[in-house]
Amino acid sequence: MLADKDRIFTNLYGFQPWNLDAARARGDWDNTKALLELGQDKIIDVVKASGLRGRGGAGFPTGTKWSFMPKEPKPDRPNFLVINADESEPGSCKDREIIRHDPHKLIEGALVAGFAMRARAAYIYIRGEYIREAETLFAAVAEAYQAGLIGKNACGSGYDFDVFVHRGAGAYICGEETAMLESLEGKKGQPRLKPPFPAGAGLYGCPTTVNNVESIAVAPTILRRGAEWFSSFGAENNKGTKLFQISGHVNKPCVVEEAMSISFRELIETHCGGIRGGWDNLLAVIPGGSSVPLVPAAQIIDCAMDFDGLKAVGSGLGTAAIIVMDKSTDVVRAISRISYFYKHESCGQCTPCREGTGWMWRVMERLRTGEADIGEIDMLQQVTKQVEGHSICALGDAAAWPIQGLIRHFRPELERRITERGNGLGGGMAPMQEAAE
Amino acid sequence: MADAPNIHDEAEVRARWGAFAWTDDNQRKANEVIGRYPAGRQQSASIPLLDLAQRQVGAETSTQGWLPVPVIEFVARQIGVPYIRVYEVATFYTMFNLAPVGRYHVQVCGTTPCVLGGSDDVFAACKNHGLVKGRTTPDGLFTLTEVECMGNCSNAPMMQINDDNFEDLDYDSTTRILEALARGDTPTPGSQTGRRSSEPAGGPTTLTAMVQDNHDYRGEWNTAHAG
Amino acid sequence: MPKLKVDGIEVEVPQGATVLQACEAAGKEIPRFCYHERLSIAGNCRMCLVEVKPGPPKPQASCALPAADNQEVFTTTPMVKNAREGIMEFLLINHPLDCPICDQGGECDLQDQSVAYGRGHSRYAENKRAVTEKYMGPIVKTIMTRCIQCTRCVRFAEEVAGVEEIGAIYRGENMQITSYLEEAVTSELSGNVVDLCPVGALTSKPYAYEARPWELKKTLTIDVMDAVGTNIRLDSRGRQVLRCVPRINEDVNEEWAHDKTRHAVDGLVRRRLDRPYVRQGGKLVPVSWDEAFRAIAAVDHGCSVAAVAGDLVDCETMYAAKALVRALGGDRFEGRQTGMDYDTSSLAAVNFNTTIAGTERADAILLVGTNLRWEAPLVNTRVRKAIKKGAKVFAIGPETELTYKAEWLGDDLSLLNDLPQAVRDAFGGAERPMVIVGGAALKGGHGAALGLVAALGLIKDGWNGFNVVHMAAARMGGLMLGYAAKGGIADLHDAKLTFFLGADEVDYTRFTGFKVYVGHHGDAGAHHADVVLPGVSYAEKSGTYVNLEGRVQRGERAVFAPGDAREDWSIFRAMSDVLGCTLPFDSLAGLREEMFAAVPALRHQGLAQYDWTMPAVGGSASGTIAGYPIKDFYLTNAICRASPTMQRCSAELVHGQDFAEAAE
Repeated sequence: MLADKDRIFTNLYGFQPWNLDAARARGDWDNTKALLELGQDKIIDVVKASGLRGRGGAGFPTGTKWSFMPKEPKPDRPNFLVINADESEPGSCKDREIIRHDPHKLIEGALVAGFAMRARAAYIYIRGEYIREAETLFAAVAEAYQAGLIGKNACGSGYDFDVFVHRGAGAYICGEETAMLESLEGKKGQPRLKPPFPAGAGLYGCPTTVNNVESIAVAPTILRRGAEWFSSFGAENNKGTKLFQISGHVNKPCVVEEAMSISFRELIETHCGGIRGGWDNLLAVIPGGSSVPLVPAAQIIDCAMDFDGLKAVGSGLGTAAIIVMDKSTDVVRAISRISYFYKHESCGQCTPCREGTGWMWRVMERLRTGEADIGEIDMLQQVTKQVEGHSICALGDAAAWPIQGLIRHFRPELERRITERGNGLGGGMAPMQEAAE
Repeated sequence: MADAPNIHDEAEVRARWGAFAWTDDNQRKANEVIGRYPAGRQQSASIPLLDLAQRQVGAETSTQGWLPVPVIEFVARQIGVPYIRVYEVATFYTMFNLAPVGRYHVQVCGTTPCVLGGSDDVFAACKNHGLVKGRTTPDGLFTLTEVECMGNCSNAPMMQINDDNFEDLDYDSTTRILEALARGDTPTPGSQTGRRSSEPAGGPTTLTAMVQDNHDYRGEWNTAHAG
Repeated sequence: MPKLKVDGIEVEVPQGATVLQACEAAGKEIPRFCYHERLSIAGNCRMCLVEVKPGPPKPQASCALPAADNQEVFTTTPMVKNAREGIMEFLLINHPLDCPICDQGGECDLQDQSVAYGRGHSRYAENKRAVTEKYMGPIVKTIMTRCIQCTRCVRFAEEVAGVEEIGAIYRGENMQITSYLEEAVTSELSGNVVDLCPVGALTSKPYAYEARPWELKKTLTIDVMDAVGTNIRLDSRGRQVLRCVPRINEDVNEEWAHDKTRHAVDGLVRRRLDRPYVRQGGKLVPVSWDEAFRAIAAVDHGCSVAAVAGDLVDCETMYAAKALVRALGGDRFEGRQTGMDYDTSSLAAVNFNTTIAGTERADAILLVGTNLRWEAPLVNTRVRKAIKKGAKVFAIGPETELTYKAEWLGDDLSLLNDLPQAVRDAFGGAERPMVIVGGAALKGGHGAALGLVAALGLIKDGWNGFNVVHMAAARMGGLMLGYAAKGGIADLHDAKLTFFLGADEVDYTRFTGFKVYVGHHGDAGAHHADVVLPGVSYAEKSGTYVNLEGRVQRGERAVFAPGDAREDWSIFRAMSDVLGCTLPFDSLAGLREEMFAAVPALRHQGLAQYDWTMPAVGGSASGTIAGYPIKDFYLTNAICRASPTMQRCSAELVHGQDFAEAAE
């Protein structure tokens, strides 16, 4: 188990106040000026050397991402840092804890990261539903301004840097970085075509880097403790500590910071009091938030919880949002509900996602009740392939993968329902669908 | 459309809301919001200002608030953006109510992690308390909506009522909360099973030193760590 | 200039070109719905997916991908075929199979592409989506269930029309295209969205259920509703023009047409003059052609003969009338019906010299007394394009909504004598300055405006920034043919015999002599005439027109005129026999040869050359611009006044009458 002294988010559970004084007493904002004095290039080098990969799901190396920003921004096209706090992936609930219990780690990280990428300001885009969390964040930013930590001559460094908080209003798609920029510009959250990439033309057409809350919030501690410290955790290519969020059928669901590459079994045993009903009762796990395919019990139990380990079992680390399902679970319903989620959250811009998500959900609902033909399982699989890789953003892929995972691992269950419904050999039209309420 | 309410620009809505203007307090907030964005980028304020406007409508109607068309147009004029662009935004984001809601907008998460955690029981409690999805109770007190993941998954199931989250729910605690609200009480938000936040039930397995003190771990940094 | 390979064919494309354009350069057809050359790139339909190396292992939207050196593009691989079939299937699952009752049938991109790229059977067993219709105004009929959300109409409204009233509301599969609050779109360009819509979601309301495209005869001609000379195609069946659509001409109208151009055609079959009349005892009485001619022959004109050209006539008609008037000993001609008398000694000084297309390149523009949006909507769209490229626009005149931001300087003409510093500064730094003078400023402001040529440096190498915007299709041709009297139409008032060529905007009470009206509609002219001779409209004759930039264009006859009506030139030829002064041409070709001999610039289609000379007109201006000449965009001539569609547009869009109908 990761030692407490090696945890970055020491006030994760909010037993202590979030405010500036308490945060300072825990070590935040401790001579931040010295961190900035390392210089932009050195900061980026340390973050690169630490092996930190983006904590928002895609896992792109954070330091490398920062290095894409123009080294000499033009006055009329400043660099921007946008921090993605639109935590909406089903299963994910870590950024919320950072924001409401350790907001100064995020704000200090914003300054350090923003300085490193020569940004003029950071916009923290927080999902609209995090109402109380946003209140805390606004207040923490105000504290930081008042203390001279951000704003003009931030931390006495001579660098001017603003931090603004922007609340969304309910749209999962705004977690996609270009949809987030559209939303920040006051428009519908519809992803942009890439290229151009945000580092070339992002917010207001200016060079922009979008980072997840956790990626930014860990940066000051990495700088203080060194790249070697951070990279001492986790397997090669999967370095550092990570906030895991466990929900579903464990005895004690929780959010916990652990070393990357911890095994599923150790994570659950150590922090979650085991699987509900024992390990034999485990059915499957969605290990990285709703977008990744589920993994059956046998494959997940001893799997390393990191990018490569979960890739090897046909899934992904995503945001490390682990949804555990025991054998009482109606697994078809669980996935069908995820399909409904993607239908509900599709922005409607591009054809495959707009039309495909609704189609997939409707077929999933019929598979749930068994009111389908056996042949429709293959058809659904083909439809997911028609969506995957054809949409503007990754939401199409995210909608396709859970279904593909279900068909891959639970085809007999799907067939059983159809057969038991007595519809298996028949054909004939499927019964009418009811509209979702 | 099944789940897309039609927006009506009815004469009575215009009559009621046509003269909408910020309260002094909200005018100050609106100025502050607009000030967050670079000059010429006032459109960025569309979402925060719609939220502010919805809250003001809520305050005036003793509900969570909604966005009558004249109020949407007011916001559009504030930021100098064509009506249709702000109207698109108002219809795109789920938190903007396009029709009046009750005093308490009960938003129960129905996404998979909450389903696994027992959201069926929460919906059952709502139903048995007289709440119907998509409707407002006849007394105008509750509007029930099934919402997508609210990001409280380790404290599932949950519901958000106006600005507060109620977590770790079951049938009984849901019923208790609804009853308390109906009585005019203010139920305590957060976990309903006594958890501080998202630590494991029964107490944290980590960072136990933080429970009592604002512990500073820096003194331990230089000692050898478990690798 | 990137070089790349498309299906093994090497092509070189301009810098900034897309992969889609590279594919077209290689002769490969790329299906598309949302992409449109004249609109911003949306990339949302995903129909244009191709395989590109190097790149991710998934197909790329070719419309949005910049072409780059050493790319290899594949348009026929299994990956591409699967992608197209998949997208086609998605587009069709919620699209109704109502082609047999759809007006888009036969010219529908979705139909065509589903034949070419679709699978041929449906696997969709769920209920199809239904979307309620949206009211969009008198021109656009909506059947929104057919919509494929390509957003072309949204982008057109915002980018070209400059009227942000169409949007996509809600999201996901509930996303719906609508006008704001389902109100009429207040754009004179709204009909273009019908052409842009790749499916049958937006169709033409006046043309609904009128015809199938394959039963229509298509005639290429020139629009006469304003002086832009929009290139159009008239689609007719039998004797009736059923619709008018624009043709592509990059120099003139690009591929747009305004709603008057498109929809005044239903006025062609109403209020038509289909037989000659002679006024007897104060009343018009139907007579034979011969009787009508004899009534004219009986006039004792004493060589006091004149001709007034209306706004819609072609050069041939004006030439024939002029020849007859001359043969009768007359020498007074005018086309400026409403009394304008600006100096016409230099045609360049009354021409749109920058050219319509050149307007896009201007970097500073001063509008003087013109509501360009109504006077020349398709010049106005070019000004919008110039603004997008950074041009600054100032305007003198009463403030009006031009669809873009102009800095209004006031309505005092004397501003021309001493322009505000901001204008001087903007023009001082401008490389391609432009002044556009409208009819409201020509009287009293022409000289002062011409003074700006020197003051603002409007003329430089390869650039002439002095422009006059005319509103009549006949104007520039008329001026070239000498239809301008020194004192304007007042010089003609006392003529003993006057021929009015479709002139319906004239103050007839000032004319004291015998009035012969040659025209096609029973409007003001026929009402006041002593003799009415039924002529033909622009749809019923081949004619030469010169647009406001001096562009000579010829149109063809689409249909035959009703009843006894005859082509105008032949009326004058026949009359000349009866009047005893036979004109020397027996055919249209013969007439044209004579006309070309008289005015050589009319012989060749294209821009006529007017040498720049500064006319001797007074330099200073005074007075205020009280208003603009066009009071109602939709009712500017006899054809549109007879058109039920234009009347409806006027009532609804100009006068605010409520026509919003319940969704059918």
